[in-house]
Amino acid sequence: MSLLELKNVSKIYGELHALDHVNIKVEKGEWLAIMGPSGSGKSTMMNIIGALDRATEGEILLDGEDIAKKSEKALTNIRRDKIGLIFQQFHLVSYLTAVENVMLSQYYHSVPDEKEALEALERVGLKDRAKHYPSQLSGGEQQRVCVARALINYPEIILADEPTGNLDEANEEIVVELFRKLHQEGTTLIVVTHNPEVAEVAQRTIVLRNGKVDHETINENFTGKIKHITLM
Amino acid sequence: MFIRMIAKAFLRQWKKMAMIALTIALGASLATAMLSVMMDVEDKINQELKAYGANITVVPKNSSVISELYDVEDGNITGSYLREDELGKIKTIFWAFNIIDYSPFISTTAVLENGDEATVTGTWFNHHMDLPTGETLDAGIASLRSWWDITEGEWLDEQSSMAEHEAMVGTAFAEKEGISAGDEITLDGDNEKLTVTVVGIFDAGGEEDDIIYVAVDTAQALGGLEGNIDSIEVSALTTPDNELAEMAAKNPGALSVSQYETWYCTAYTSSVCYQIEEVITDSVANVVRQVADSEGQILEKMKLLMVLITILSLVGSALGICNLVTASVMERSQEIGLMKAVGAHNPAITGLVLCEILVTAVIGGVAGFFAGIGFAQIIGQSVFASSISLRPMVIPVVAVLIVIVTLIGCIPAIRMLLKLRPTEVLHGK
Repeated sequence: MSLLELKNVSKIYGELHALDHVNIKVEKGEWLAIMGPSGSGKSTMMNIIGALDRATEGEILLDGEDIAKKSEKALTNIRRDKIGLIFQQFHLVSYLTAVENVMLSQYYHSVPDEKEALEALERVGLKDRAKHYPSQLSGGEQQRVCVARALINYPEIILADEPTGNLDEANEEIVVELFRKLHQEGTTLIVVTHNPEVAEVAQRTIVLRNGKVDHETINENFTGKIKHITLM
Repeated sequence: MFIRMIAKAFLRQWKKMAMIALTIALGASLATAMLSVMMDVEDKINQELKAYGANITVVPKNSSVISELYDVEDGNITGSYLREDELGKIKTIFWAFNIIDYSPFISTTAVLENGDEATVTGTWFNHHMDLPTGETLDAGIASLRSWWDITEGEWLDEQSSMAEHEAMVGTAFAEKEGISAGDEITLDGDNEKLTVTVVGIFDAGGEEDDIIYVAVDTAQALGGLEGNIDSIEVSALTTPDNELAEMAAKNPGALSVSQYETWYCTAYTSSVCYQIEEVITDSVANVVRQVADSEGQILEKMKLLMVLITILSLVGSALGICNLVTASVMERSQEIGLMKAVGAHNPAITGLVLCEILVTAVIGGVAGFFAGIGFAQIIGQSVFASSISLRPMVIPVVAVLIVIVTLIGCIPAIRMLLKLRPTEVLHGK
């Protein structure tokens, strides 16, 4: 049984079909990249997979359970227990330190544990920056705090929306390296990206176009390591 | 973590929180001031209104019946009198503390040396009494007729050893007889002939200006009326009459036991009258309706005005809170969206925001409460020339009002918070 399965999922806004009968399967421990041009339905798909939004029609099976018709409260519980979210704009709470931002996720999940939060920051190489506020961290560091926040509650899926969109090359590599480690540890990763370099390091890439799955590619030489293309 | 989040959120947006606290403080201060004054104003206004004279007159029962039958207002035409030795009992009734002044009156006629007839009224001027309760009371027309304008001389001092040989006369009488302060007049009464010195001439602006006022003993000696009193004027602090009081005034016997107890234990004018009748033998205590009604109307209008000011100030506060809290929630929409995205339920986020605002409300409310006490004192000193006593009841009332106003002010922001979808603020869609 797949960890996540979308069956004929559509999201319709009036006349616009943001997603049009999409069928996707994601296996446990898989690293999937979702690509596509602007307006192709990437973010809509991320919102639906992340239980942040509801599909207009279709089934979304997470661990075999259809979450498409769940209540708002049940969707919140699913986000809390099964999904780790990483955003392009980081969305850290400005008045909380790095460790407190990680603990925020723990607080709404179970019980905040500073020691565990510090360990999560250590995993992303930021233990020494734990007491710093977001404004005192670089973009890459902020995104690593987001990764720590996403993984603190041991979610079944980590869902990243353009995780390197606001990062320079060096930080992009650090974040992708973090994903590689998480994948090696058995974490299921779904990364929505514009960036072909980031998509190429995934095991499988789905390309969306006009709300439909245009094509799918399997990375035969999967290493999880980024290869930068140098423009001449 | 909850406390840490509140504390840090508080520090981060301290300017906005200070504005919310200030808004609440303004509402709380006005509510405190108005409620304090409103609860204390009854006594204050009553005291002010006492300047307009007595609100109860006590006359012999027979005299009252004749007055009602023949519509005669003044003069003892029945030969019935009240007993002078019972005057002290008025200060022993249930509402004794509400009796702030009273004075007996006994009238007789006397013939002057030139043959003119004059009305001589014996009364208290500043009569000193040692009450059975151990208290003392200085009562009389010096305070009961405070509007009298002394045009010449001074008030008759009853404490003086010469008081029985002194008199005060009205301006009309003084002009007619060519009398000045310090002059002596001889009064030939039904019983005795006395010479009194005019110590003061007053202008009352009415029929009293034709009367000679002397001490009670002097008038009684002139007319041979020892121990007798025609009437008593009483100034009492009373509660404006309501339906129950009006029903009781007609017939106290028609009340149920609980109604009777409520009426008897409330300082309605009719209740005070009833109690005076209980201690003064064969008497009827009547309400001076014009004064009593004016008191009630002014009190009700003052209270209504203060209630309206309180409501308006609280509505203003609620609107201010509404704007500020809504702005705060809008400003923090991404933060709230993130909380929802990581698994926070609506009640948890609502609790967080409400807790922040209620902490602010407590700070603003306490500050406003003390400011309100100050405002109340300013009102008390400038309007009533006395301090406003703080009623303990004001504290819980203001606290409840502030909580209600704060919660009402938060409703639009909470509705916005509940409707906020993480996708709208986290992806800009």
